[in-house]
Amino acid sequence: MNQSASTSVKPRLKTSAMIASIAGDDQRTENAPFGFALKALAEQRPDVVGMTADLAKYTDLHIFAQAWPERFFQMGMAEQLLMGAAGGMAKEGFTPFVTTYAVFASRRAYDFIHQVIAEENLDVKIACALPGLTTGYGPSHQATEDVAIFRGIPGLTIIDPCDALDIREAVPAMAAHRGPVYLRLLRGKVPLVLDEYDYHFEIGKAKLLRDGNDVLIISSGLLTMRALEVAKQLAGDSVDVAVLHSPTIKPLDVKTILAEVQRKPRLVVVAENHASVGGLGEAVAYALLSAGVQPTGPLRHIALPDAFLDAGALPTLHDRYGISTDRMAQAIKAWL
Amino acid sequence: MTTTTSADKLAQLRAAAYRIRRYALRMGEVQGQGYIGQALGLADMLAVAYRHALRYDPTNPQWEQRDRFLLSHGHYAIALYAALLEAGIIAQEELESYGSDDSRLPMSGMACYTPGMEISGGSLGQGLAIAVGTALGLRHKGNPAFVYNSMSDGELDEGAVWEAALSAAHHQLGNLICLVDINNQQADGPSSQVLGFEPLQDKWAAFGWHVQRVDGNDLSALVQAFDSARQHAAPQPRVILLDTLMGKGVPFLEQREKNHFIRVEEAEWQQAIAILDAAYQQGEPA
Repeated sequence: MNQSASTSVKPRLKTSAMIASIAGDDQRTENAPFGFALKALAEQRPDVVGMTADLAKYTDLHIFAQAWPERFFQMGMAEQLLMGAAGGMAKEGFTPFVTTYAVFASRRAYDFIHQVIAEENLDVKIACALPGLTTGYGPSHQATEDVAIFRGIPGLTIIDPCDALDIREAVPAMAAHRGPVYLRLLRGKVPLVLDEYDYHFEIGKAKLLRDGNDVLIISSGLLTMRALEVAKQLAGDSVDVAVLHSPTIKPLDVKTILAEVQRKPRLVVVAENHASVGGLGEAVAYALLSAGVQPTGPLRHIALPDAFLDAGALPTLHDRYGISTDRMAQAIKAWL
Repeated sequence: MTTTTSADKLAQLRAAAYRIRRYALRMGEVQGQGYIGQALGLADMLAVAYRHALRYDPTNPQWEQRDRFLLSHGHYAIALYAALLEAGIIAQEELESYGSDDSRLPMSGMACYTPGMEISGGSLGQGLAIAVGTALGLRHKGNPAFVYNSMSDGELDEGAVWEAALSAAHHQLGNLICLVDINNQQADGPSSQVLGFEPLQDKWAAFGWHVQRVDGNDLSALVQAFDSARQHAAPQPRVILLDTLMGKGVPFLEQREKNHFIRVEEAEWQQAIAILDAAYQQGEPA
């Protein structure tokens, strides 16, 4: 390395750690909404227990474990055991909230979730951190196909929350729901966005956060947060953007989605923090296909590529793969 | 402490094992197939389980205080149905429906189909993980019931079995008893050729379990093994390793070329039942 290179002042974005927050520097956040919501729920629901595969601290389950140590079960770094044992717990009348990373639940423990939990419709609630592209650690930790994997399981409810409010309200809703649920968990300092809208989480419901005449974005997860930012940005260009937040990916709120798609002629964009294969985009496309409905405008998709993604800093990667606010806004303007 | 099982008790168990084998053969005849070799081999253990060891209420299969018997090897369903018939949990008239459309007795065990079938096994290697959760849940509720996980030796190939074995010892699950049927046969051949697992006692002991290895077709030894497993004082999970003979009780099936799925011709089902009946009536030892 020559002298000039070593002394140059070059800003360097660091690889986002696994536990890094997805919040921007200036964003309002709530700390560990899942952990605190579960701790509060446990007051009302003595059947609720927590189980993890050596990732309590990294899924915010440690908040629950500290408050309810006798109701917390450490299963070790053994995800198949975790899901099997959670099934056994549920059969004894408990409602286990189990946590690990989304990659391990979907890729390593799939058969246990399928056979032990879902086939018997057991009340196991699976909350998994690092969904989609929320870590810079590369494909070993990036669950870019978890929704595609889990959508095939009959009766499994899949929730992709946007922010702290969504998570806080999803936890008691999951416990009240009969049957298994998979939650794409955001942990740590989680952005708080949806309190600015007249919104409450309900399983199975998509909700229009803002209306608009030119573009309809149908989104889930953190891309709803991005969609709201895109809407604000494009308003400056006199582009009127509606955002329909669909945090429940399965069962999809087909009625609301079809109604919005048909309500007025608009560019329709489905946006998700997930690979292009098998996620919300395909679910919406299938809803149109099976209902025989033509969208009144073009139908486009913002999603991660069908590829093994790079390691690096999250802002860099979100930009590279088209799910940053700026890249999403650019794409939508190009489609108009 | 070892005790001698009374002659009366042994006669009752011998009769139960005979009936379990007979039920299994009759179900096998209905479908012309079934894992009959395994059922005949495991009949003695099931007789001791359902006529000696387990607490259950045949009129209420969901009785909260019952011992839980998990059939991890779901393809052994024909064996467990026979035991549930013997236990009075399944009615005699259902036997003829085995494997038929809309039957409560499907070829592979499923919890939502059959009273007394605690889990949907069959994806091999899952039962012990479920048993760990069940045992943790029972202990958390203060319920003194035991959890039995019945599994095959082939399932020892599955990594999740050893995850569960570690966990059961870590959590000191003294209410968990694992039963491993060692017939040394799996789908592609003898287990020793597919993926060797010996020395098995040493492995389970090293994982922190109370270990017994017995002749799985010796009723007296089985009674003692179940008693010892239940009475063992230390807070550790227990495993009973059962060496069994596939086809046990029907010599021409015992001697048939051993493989995972013993082929039985149509006329042979009745022959097998006749041989079984004659042996029982002549008082041959089980």
